[in-house]
Amino acid sequence: MPEPARTADQRAATTVAAFPGAQLPQTSVKAPPFIRIEHVTKRFGTFTAVSDVTLEIQKGEIFSLLGGSGCGKTTLLRVLAGFEAPTEGRVFIDGQDMTDLPPYERPVNMMFQSYALFPHMTVEKNVAYGLKHEDMTGAQRAERVREMLDLVQLTEFAQRKPHQISGGQRQRVALARALAKQPKLLLLDEPLAALDKKLREHTQFELMEIQEKTGTTFIVVTHDQEEAMTLSSRLAVMDKGRIMQIGTATDVYEYPNSRFVAGFIGSINFFEATVRTTGAETAEVEVPDLGGNVTARAIPGLAPGQPITLAVRPEKVHLARKRHDLPNTFPGTVQSLAYFGKDSLYRIVLPSGHVMLVNSVNARRAGEHERVADWEDAVFLSFDPAAAILLKD
Amino acid sequence: MRRRSTFLVTMLCFGFAFFYVPILSMMVYSFNGSRLATVWGGFSTKWYVSLLSNRQILNAALLSLKIALLSATMATILGTMAGIALARFKRFRGRTLFSGLVTAPLVMPEVITGIASLMLFILMAEWIGWPASRGFTTVTLAHITFSMVFVTTIVHSRLSEADAAVEEAAMDLGSRPWQVMKDITLPIISPAIVSGWLLAFTISLDDVVITNFTTGPGTTTLPILIWSKVKLGVTPDINALATITVCIVGTGVAIAGVILNRAEKRRDRDARMAYQANQ
Repeated sequence: MPEPARTADQRAATTVAAFPGAQLPQTSVKAPPFIRIEHVTKRFGTFTAVSDVTLEIQKGEIFSLLGGSGCGKTTLLRVLAGFEAPTEGRVFIDGQDMTDLPPYERPVNMMFQSYALFPHMTVEKNVAYGLKHEDMTGAQRAERVREMLDLVQLTEFAQRKPHQISGGQRQRVALARALAKQPKLLLLDEPLAALDKKLREHTQFELMEIQEKTGTTFIVVTHDQEEAMTLSSRLAVMDKGRIMQIGTATDVYEYPNSRFVAGFIGSINFFEATVRTTGAETAEVEVPDLGGNVTARAIPGLAPGQPITLAVRPEKVHLARKRHDLPNTFPGTVQSLAYFGKDSLYRIVLPSGHVMLVNSVNARRAGEHERVADWEDAVFLSFDPAAAILLKD
Repeated sequence: MRRRSTFLVTMLCFGFAFFYVPILSMMVYSFNGSRLATVWGGFSTKWYVSLLSNRQILNAALLSLKIALLSATMATILGTMAGIALARFKRFRGRTLFSGLVTAPLVMPEVITGIASLMLFILMAEWIGWPASRGFTTVTLAHITFSMVFVTTIVHSRLSEADAAVEEAAMDLGSRPWQVMKDITLPIISPAIVSGWLLAFTISLDDVVITNFTTGPGTTTLPILIWSKVKLGVTPDINALATITVCIVGTGVAIAGVILNRAEKRRDRDARMAYQANQ
């Protein structure tokens, strides 16, 4: 998986409040959290948009709230900005209780999904708007605006109106405007959603660069898992107003704590299983759909006879025409394959009729008839015990 | 170039003729030298001259203008507030009722509004002694009431189209609600406010029915005067008066149209330039 380009220090600091269930060695840092969301619940009538969310974010992090539409991520962002008052719970930024402050008194700025530029003002005036409430001289103000436009490379467009510039430029004006007041926290609501794919990738790195230059803490709301994984030092996966898991991109991808998280991020094969024996390192589970027992990395609190879910990522499965003496090896037949160039996706039918997805990297240059397996071929698939994820729910 | 359908062109001509031939004939006959409205007696501007020396007509015109200016301004203030409330406050107690009550006068027959206003003014005079008599005040109040709804509708639709996040962004950048209103909301809806005011002004200027119910002795607006004069037969000076009115209104509409059109065109051109710059 693509790892965000952070320094080792930053990465250490960012794993602090990782989800307790994540089976990763955790660095403990005693610094008090910069942002603390305490048991925040937001209800609209009978609908609960955000349900008992507790979250700690460190200074200088890019933290992503990831989830599908209606999962409550935007509502949580609006609670932080002050546009929604939480039904229950408190919000602290830099040790100060922000819960009852209106948006215009919070040291927080937001970049809106629609950018929300002021249509009747020039780019320069847009960026300068927030500064008129700051205690600074006209020269200082002009200097800051110049700095900001320089930061987002829009100096030559200063006198244009928002409708006279392109979508990507508008996005950068919105960013400059939100950063101009040097907020303690910058909230970004789907910052890249309105851009086309090519521009999005470019802008993603630009955002990270700007974040590193300014050192501002970012909270990004996104529905795009790749965006969340590349951008953020840590992310929280949300569903139905709840936080399902918090951790680094690797934590969440490699060590999901639930079927929801495992299925939401990337693709994965699920099997119904029953625990047979448990050890300190590994556990044996019986998987009827695979037609045998699987050795998997153990998780705490397993008991023999317990029903459980086995999850295996497609790229962690090895395909071979011959049976090798490897743990977790099972026979199957290639039902279909899709060739993507750098890799191929196989659909393997197991003897039970269950279909398993296998992703195989085409590391070797080979012709059509030399590949690992072809249509209708009988194959053996195997995966490492460490790649076998056990999930209780 | 697509071939024009003869049928469509004919229908278009008929349509325009239906609208504008009466007005044109009225304009032509305002230069009629004859005293009889329907007999052409040669070209003359004497009716315009007699109009300018007719104190009664000039006073009525002045009164109408005063009422229209005042009522349009008041209606614009109230209507803008109602429009903003409807567009920006999605949840408040009695919102549906408010929205219904605000827009009901749009479909209410004018006669009903007129009678209702009259009844109200009579009852108010009995109970609280104000307004003591009907005249300038009552007509203006009635005009504010029924022209406000047009402003509300225009402002509401304009503001509903605008992105509410823009106002939130201003608040997020440190502006208090009143500053947001001044810096962002009002500039965005200013075209709607201007056209709302123009509409309210025009409606007030030519209203007969409601004015008739709410006016009192000595307060004769221009439309009322015309109405009472026409009852005695259409005289050429009325034609002249109507021609002047049409010219004023027409010029106003044309100016507003040109301004709006120019803004639209500039916007289009800028958008096109921005698009090309990114190719």
